Amino acid sequence: METTAKRKFNVREIREDFPALRQLIYGKSLIYFDNGATSQKPQFVLDAINKYYSKDNANIHRGVHLLSQRATTEYEDARKTIAQYINAKTSDEVIFTKGTTDAINLVAFSFGELLTAGDEIVISAMEHHSNIVPWQMLCERKGLTLRVIPINKHGEIIQEEYEKILSKKTKLVAITQISNTLGTINPVKEMIAKAHAVGAKFLVDGAQSIQHMQIDVRDLDCDFFVFSGHKVFGPTGIGVLYGKEALLDKMPPYQGGGDMIQKVTFDRTTYNELPYKFEAGTPHIAGAICLGKAFEYLNQFDLEAIKAYENELLDYAQDLLLTFEDMILVGDSKKKTSVVSFNVEGVHPFDMGTLLDKQGIAVRTGHHCTQPLMDFFKIPGTVRASFAFYNTKEEIDVFIAAVERSINMLK
Amino acid sequence: MTLDERQKEIIDDFAIYDDWMDKYEYIIELGKDLPQIAADKKTNDRLIEGCQSKVWLDFAYEDGKMKYSADSDAIITKGIIGLLIRVLNDASPEEIVKSEMYFIDEIGLREHLSPTRSNGLLSMVKRMKMTALQALSKA
Repeated sequence: METTAKRKFNVREIREDFPALRQLIYGKSLIYFDNGATSQKPQFVLDAINKYYSKDNANIHRGVHLLSQRATTEYEDARKTIAQYINAKTSDEVIFTKGTTDAINLVAFSFGELLTAGDEIVISAMEHHSNIVPWQMLCERKGLTLRVIPINKHGEIIQEEYEKILSKKTKLVAITQISNTLGTINPVKEMIAKAHAVGAKFLVDGAQSIQHMQIDVRDLDCDFFVFSGHKVFGPTGIGVLYGKEALLDKMPPYQGGGDMIQKVTFDRTTYNELPYKFEAGTPHIAGAICLGKAFEYLNQFDLEAIKAYENELLDYAQDLLLTFEDMILVGDSKKKTSVVSFNVEGVHPFDMGTLLDKQGIAVRTGHHCTQPLMDFFKIPGTVRASFAFYNTKEEIDVFIAAVERSINMLK
Repeated sequence: MTLDERQKEIIDDFAIYDDWMDKYEYIIELGKDLPQIAADKKTNDRLIEGCQSKVWLDFAYEDGKMKYSADSDAIITKGIIGLLIRVLNDASPEEIVKSEMYFIDEIGLREHLSPTRSNGLLSMVKRMKMTALQALSKA
């Protein structure tokens, strides 16, 4: 796909790229506002999945035959595409995982092996369960302490509290770049510098940011960056752990098996070099190749234009939602991505979500895998609409009318 | 009325709605009408915690019949509770243990009783049957 001259941003044309958007739900045109959970896939990626299994399917890295060589080349090309996209120093720093959760678990295990009792891990109060539980398990295993940075009522990390928590004991800070529930964009670059000043490493959970903003891991200077392919227009079951080479080299392997070894004897096994040391067993070859294709697809656009359009959608939706009486927006940071989490006083989010679904609108309801955050706001959950660049203001108009109808029925 | 007859009655009630929103309008009205459990009975031992909504179930075994009352923090869940109670209330424990709640499928609400929905309703039906079993074992 041509990447030098950027494709003009035209939402009508973009929608044509996504076949899943062209369907009826309960007889109504699908309005897909659950992009924070997963994104729809462009035909370009779907074709690549089909092509891989129809033409190139073979196991990689060990075949003498042409198919295997072809699959291997495509797999490694995908790694290069992703490395370039996030501006990694080398493609060896890009490890394929099952997704964000798997990548965090990998770091919690392997980096965790370098830590000793008394060391501290720092997270924030707005983390997704997958950026909480692996650290709790590590703390249990190694006798470490988990520290949690509090947030304010706008849904922002309190930076003064972060500075107070940081100390020589801090070994790793793991923070989401964008809150999946609130949409808050956290100032991770500044937070990374502060962590480094006390000698701590920093993991950025990029699950929600990868589809919304340009990621430059060297500019951020993060030690780890993790994300899932399915949230950035790629397939499910594939994701990435980016890690600085020197750090990944120091970490022991996570899982043992084929492909991650250099030499196996019953006395002693030596491990393969990066990135293979962390990719035991036959990987999700099709997933990796097609995630590469998803980034090729994204590369044709000017991300700034996408960001500006998504912000327009966010402002439009928030302004209209706020015209309802008893509307509560949960998380009202000035720095937000296109996520709007809300509640209507006296209306349970589950009821709202059920009625929106019956009107053809897909939103997420519940605690969004952030129960501690719900406890902080003292709510059972929220209704969350999360927009992608293929959504439109017309869809938001239909959504607002559906919200109004639901409120009238429920109150 | 047998449990089958009660289920048939609900299926007939719903047959007049061909629009989803009308169907839910009716469920919501049922939810609003359902007598609430007294606040002091909304205790943790009566709570069934779903991922999406909470359900409280209270029961008694009197004169060979099971008496149920229930509540939820979500009104649609509460409306469906109303339907389940309409079928199972005042039935004998034997009937309840043997019962199949097929009317839920027939009126198109199967999703609400699916394990993935986790709104507490499936667990509630299980608990209703459990209480009936307990009543049987004591009888």
